[in-house]
Order: sequence, then C-alpha cells, then structure tokens
Amino acid sequence: MSMEPSETSPKARLLRTILWGTVILVIAGVAISWALDMYLGNGSKTVRYSGEADIRSEFSLTDHTGQEVTQADYTYRWQLVFFGFTNCPDICPTTLAYMASVVDLLGEDADQVAPIFITVDPERDTVPVMAEYVSVFHPSLIGLTGTEAQVAEATRNFRTWYERTEDDSAPDGYFMAHAGHIYLMQPSGEFEAVYQEGGQPPEALAQEIRKKL
Amino acid sequence: MKITALATVLTLWPFFASADVTISDGWARASILASRPAAAYLTLTSNQSDQLVAITTPIAGNVTIHAVETDNDGISRMVEVDGLDLPSGEPVTLAPGSMHLMLMGLSEKLEEGTDLPLILTFASGARMEISVPVLGPGAMRPQEQQP
Repeated sequence: MSMEPSETSPKARLLRTILWGTVILVIAGVAISWALDMYLGNGSKTVRYSGEADIRSEFSLTDHTGQEVTQADYTYRWQLVFFGFTNCPDICPTTLAYMASVVDLLGEDADQVAPIFITVDPERDTVPVMAEYVSVFHPSLIGLTGTEAQVAEATRNFRTWYERTEDDSAPDGYFMAHAGHIYLMQPSGEFEAVYQEGGQPPEALAQEIRKKL
Repeated sequence: MKITALATVLTLWPFFASADVTISDGWARASILASRPAAAYLTLTSNQSDQLVAITTPIAGNVTIHAVETDNDGISRMVEVDGLDLPSGEPVTLAPGSMHLMLMGLSEKLEEGTDLPLILTFASGARMEISVPVLGPGAMRPQEQQP
C-alpha cells in the first residue's frame, strides 16, 4: 500500500501539474487575446491599419529640373506615384501614358494631383534623361531621381521592390525588375490606394480619384 | 482605324506552300530617346500551327519577343520568348503591358508618323515583310492612330 503511492505519485503529480499548467496557459492566452481584441477593436482591422500606415510618401530626391525635393514639396496635392526606369520598353511607357490619360481626364481637378515617376535606375536615369523622358508623356509629370541610397530609401518607404536583372539582350546588359503599382497618396503623404495599369480604364480611375479630392 | 497588313508570304520550303499568316493591328510606339529600346505590337493569325522564330528590322540591331510576367506581388519581369507559338487559326496578340517586340540598338529614333519595316521568319520557313505605323509615345492601342 505504502509502495504504490510513493511509486506512482511523483509521476502522476508531474503529469497533473503539466496538464493543469497547459490548461491554465491556454485559458490565460485566450483571455489575453480576447481582452486585447476588445481593447483594440476588431483584430483584422487593426492589422490592416498598420499595414496601410506603413506605406508612406517619404523621400529626398532630385526632380527633373534639378531641384532637390522631398515629399513636403507635394503636400498640398494628392500624389500619383509610379516607380520604373527609362530603359523599360513596355510597362513603364504604358503605365506613364495611362497616368497621363488619367491626369487629362481629371480636367480642372488635375492641379490637385501630382503625377510622379520615380526611377529605380538612377545610374542611367540622370536629371537630363528624366527631363527629356517625362516631357514626352505629360507636361505636369514629375520625374524624380537621386543617388542609389536615396532611391533605395524612397522604395523602402513606399514598400515597393526592384531588382537589377542581368540580361545580355538588354541595353547595357541589364533590366530593372520592378513593381508595376501606381500609388495614390494623400496630401499628408499617407497611403490611400494602389492601382495597376490594366486594372481599370483611365476614365474609371479618374472618376475614383475625383471622388476622393 | 484598323490597320490590316496582309503581307506577301515568301515560302522558302515548297512543302509549306499553304502556310499563311495574317498580321493585323500592327504598330510601334515612338521611341523617347534614340538610345532607349522601343516596342512594337501586332496580332498574328496563322492558318496552320506555326511558330514565329525571328524578327529583324533594318533600323534596329536586335529584336526580341518579350513576355511580361507579373507575380502576385505585382512585380513585373520581362521574359524573352525564343519562339512564339501560333496555334492554327488562333490569333496571338502582342499588346502593351503584356507581350511585345523589343527593338534594341536603334540606328535612329522611331519618329511618330513614320513606318517601321519588320521581317518575320516562321518555323515553317515562311518569311514575311511588313511595315507598321509608328504612333505617339503615349499610344496605347492601334486605334489611337491619328488620321
């Protein structure tokens, strides 16, 4: 009789402790997450908010006229921002032509929107190259370039991505792979929405932007 | 205005004398700087299964067929297509934002209002000489051609 408890008791006690410990931890975890959810509001909404807030118009670059600029130079306007490079044969001219159509379709409201093209290839896209390039698409299109570090910082703040791809068939032996998004940023520099050329006709995007102004 | 260029088919192999490819909606986008690659677009319809294997033009050093692959994150990459498959009777369209002919090493800037000559070679041996209009740098589709 005295042997049985002394043999099984420590094992059983340990097992019981582990089991109860687990139960308590699970209950505590559920309670904490429920309390946090109640305190912060809808969980999914919170996550979405922080994700959106992460994309911000923040940069220090040089425009196509040679002026050093930051996001503060455009804070009185909404910004329509696209990242690309001038050696891009298809996507960039297509998207910039699309942005130009949107600006034209905005008509009198166009002065409330700054269309901005930021190069991800500053090595080749110098100020004079950008000046000649942007003027082809729209007189109000702003071309921004800078040092490699400045461009990298701008893309980080917009949470966009680019990469140099070596390709023998490309001019100078490389292409820049990049995201094809068009960002609509609020005058405050905060994120509003993201679009892609081909996602909707320019008329639809112009109408959507006009509603927000 | 729809441009339809039904070019003469020069059959090099008598076996494939019936090979017939129709080219429609061909156009090129004016290049912005002479040193920048230009793009040309067209729709090909072959009456038999064929493959477009080569494109040349006297005014560019190199013409490649490019497809654009966009992944879920919206990252676009250009992928060279070695031979463009033309299923029998099915139109294959090269259009802005997707497939395009990339012209590199231009000897002159592609000027709006001029014509771009292109020589297409097919796997069947057929060879075709066409010429497509050069539209403005902001053109999005063949219909935007100014009369």
